[in-house]
Amino acid sequence: MAIIERPTDTPALAPSGGAPAVTPTRSYGYLRRPVQTTGWRSWAFTVDHKKIGIMYGVAAMLFFVVGGVEALFIRLQLAGPEGTVLSADAYNQMFTMHATTMVFLFVIPMAAAFANYMIPLQIGARDVAFPRLNALSLWTFVFGGIFLNTSWFLGGAADGGWFMYAPNSAVPFSPSNGVDYWTLGLLITGIASLVGAVNLIVTVLNMRAPGMTMMRVPIFTWMALVTQFLLLFAMPVITVALVLLLFQRNYDATFFEVAEGADPLLWQHLFWIFGHPEVYIIVLPAFGIVSEVLPVFSKKPLFGYPFVVFSGAAIGFVGWGVWAHHMFASGLGPISVAVFSVATMAIAVPTGVKIINWTLTMWGGKLRFTTAMLFATGLIVMFTIGGLSGVTHSVAPSDTQQTDTYYIVAHFHYVIFGGAVLGLFAGIYYWWPKVFGKLLNESWGKANFWTMIIGMNLTFGPMHIVGLQGQPRRMYVWTENRAGDGFFNIGFWNLVATIGSFILAVGVLFFFINVWVSRKNPPAPADPWDARSLEWMAENPPKEYNFERTPTVHALDEMFHRKYEDVGEGDAHDYVKVATAEEIQAVETANRDDHVHLPSPSYWPIVLSFSLPVIAYGIIYSTLLVIVGLAIATVAMFGWALEPPTADDSEFESPEGGDGGEPSKELVASV
Amino acid sequence: MSDATINPADAAPVGSDAPAEHMAIPAGYDDGQDHIGLEHHTSTGLSNTKLAMWLFLGSECLLFGGLISTYMLYRNRRADTLGPDQLWDIPFTSATSFILLMSSLTMVLGVQAAKRRDDRNTRLWLTVTALLGGLFLAGQIYEFTVFYREGLGFTTNLFASSFYTLVGFHGAHVSVGIIMLMATVGMLLRNRVHGNKAETVEMIGLYWHFVDIVWIVIFTLVYLIPA
Repeated sequence: MAIIERPTDTPALAPSGGAPAVTPTRSYGYLRRPVQTTGWRSWAFTVDHKKIGIMYGVAAMLFFVVGGVEALFIRLQLAGPEGTVLSADAYNQMFTMHATTMVFLFVIPMAAAFANYMIPLQIGARDVAFPRLNALSLWTFVFGGIFLNTSWFLGGAADGGWFMYAPNSAVPFSPSNGVDYWTLGLLITGIASLVGAVNLIVTVLNMRAPGMTMMRVPIFTWMALVTQFLLLFAMPVITVALVLLLFQRNYDATFFEVAEGADPLLWQHLFWIFGHPEVYIIVLPAFGIVSEVLPVFSKKPLFGYPFVVFSGAAIGFVGWGVWAHHMFASGLGPISVAVFSVATMAIAVPTGVKIINWTLTMWGGKLRFTTAMLFATGLIVMFTIGGLSGVTHSVAPSDTQQTDTYYIVAHFHYVIFGGAVLGLFAGIYYWWPKVFGKLLNESWGKANFWTMIIGMNLTFGPMHIVGLQGQPRRMYVWTENRAGDGFFNIGFWNLVATIGSFILAVGVLFFFINVWVSRKNPPAPADPWDARSLEWMAENPPKEYNFERTPTVHALDEMFHRKYEDVGEGDAHDYVKVATAEEIQAVETANRDDHVHLPSPSYWPIVLSFSLPVIAYGIIYSTLLVIVGLAIATVAMFGWALEPPTADDSEFESPEGGDGGEPSKELVASV
Repeated sequence: MSDATINPADAAPVGSDAPAEHMAIPAGYDDGQDHIGLEHHTSTGLSNTKLAMWLFLGSECLLFGGLISTYMLYRNRRADTLGPDQLWDIPFTSATSFILLMSSLTMVLGVQAAKRRDDRNTRLWLTVTALLGGLFLAGQIYEFTVFYREGLGFTTNLFASSFYTLVGFHGAHVSVGIIMLMATVGMLLRNRVHGNKAETVEMIGLYWHFVDIVWIVIFTLVYLIPA
């Protein structure tokens, strides 16, 4: 649906889904525009950032389950001595795909789901800057992820670990097509991230509502902005690395072959120049989410908003100068090691600033431990544990002892699961009523939280112990006679970790049960949490056009200041509630903009995305397929260019009882 | 072009800084100011498309940065096989480089014509730009053929692989630019460019100049500085 013509004299608004009838009279490019507002076509060809955000979330959750099952296989294999669940080869594929799936197909897209859905709502925009590019990002990610996972059925998945070190990634050591699938799959999802990054940065910088200065932008949007900048500059670097690897494996180049005089360290540098910013790409959106959740459930503003903003930006900058701490064991030389050591210690500072800000946000607040709040506080505690073990890695002599042991595995799972995943779940519980108009069940939510917390600590906690005992990462069996004695018996702790991983899995299962039991919950109130930021001014779930009128922003925490008035005298602040969210929304509805023009759905994003895995299969199997894929891509790109982003006015019926069907060309941004 | 807004060509300048809501600008009128980007109200005043293109080019810098670093690392890794000293034909490459740089000039003329809403000259200069780009590309293909005949295959040594990858990536960028130029000429001819024509042309211009600047870096580092 593209244009909503709202008659000024009819109070009833067009219900979402029941949009005005669309009659395409002209075909643009080669095809008529998709017009369905219900059914699968309304999703496949949509350019609505909210539908795209939901699809991002659903796809990411599916990949989360896939990656989780892979993790359970790994833990089953290591539960007892001489594990026989997996062969050595299958084990290699399992941990490689577990990491790749979780990083590239779950955490990044899940953060993209929140960014897509929430950024336009938080800055008072009707959509992102380039809605068709947004659809392209989504489908490119989906097809890339599916392409990557088809390798399981086509000769075996990648088996070189998620950082795919050379020369291990070369054909002699990894003869199946798995690494090729991995390379091409990550190139495809990289395109999705890059396109998304450009789109979302432009959205945040350019599409803010009147009065929404950068220092009034809600903190989640700020952190997402930093993340998108990191993606923008990190993705091309891994693209170079992947292209070199692709040329080596498929066209006999020797970029990483030591025998030909190459430097395998080149791969490590290129990978980690991408890979370390990637760490912050993973965790910053979660930081943004908890920075939204904690103030709401503490009934206090975020402590030191500018500090949280600038420490996030500082992480974004310093994050580029620490990559070699992943390579301390590779013999970089004392000066490089010292420099990267100090830089790594330095980056703990802005992260520590955030932890302090969150703690002081809660300090003295009226805390309400809803599920979202539990996940947010869980993040503070768990991430701090992961951060502390991270600081021990910045000490190079200690790191050389820990490199490639389970201590590292313990560290990054506390950071990624305890940081990113808990934060994302906090966001899911916090924004569920916003997105779906219903609250999730709190009892199931709390069960979900506690089983996950217990599960994750039982899984990843013991890995510190077995790691310091020297159990190497990626070791596919351990033997009883080398397991050690007493407290440090790695057999015992491996079993604990395996049990923990199944408790964790039950925790995730509780989440899905919660989604199921909550499906018939009554509609959520307009403002179930007494929230502070702009997205809660829209309805639950928001209309296609988001806001009844483009809001004018007067303060940070705009929604809070519309609901509460400061009656304190002098320096004393005393806020009393002067309006409910329903009342605020009613005012907006009464003063709504008529003539809202929204971008129209399009076939071309999904078609263009589809061409990419076709080309990728072609590179592996047959040049003919490459030609077919390029042909599809060409058709799609020209179709895209020839089609105007918003359908012509003549394509739409005049609204009943409207102002004579003369559509306005004025943009809604003029307030 | 900016998808979230409608019919940018039709829309009058909107926003508090616009002098009048529906000020009509007569065809061919140029008050010397850059109206591009002020078609719609944006928070920064820069148009969405232009901001997006700059961001994309920023990202491209890192792509070429990685490829150039790889080349610089491997330029001397060739054992006793062929290297730059035996292969480079500096006068020839200088000539094709000059052609590419001149295409930036014709691109500027094309953008100026587009800003004057002079479709005919826009098409002319874009075509000339594409031709010059094509000439550069032909020179590169010729050069590659000569190197290949002299025995420098893609897999001959690390120097060869990284050289062909770097210069090949640049060539691919030039090719994409030529396709964009020719597609725009065709769409201008049939009046199928949606939105602001001048801005569409300017975006291609930004990309084209970027690719030229990258070539200046590559030409200096790869060809001019002795190995």
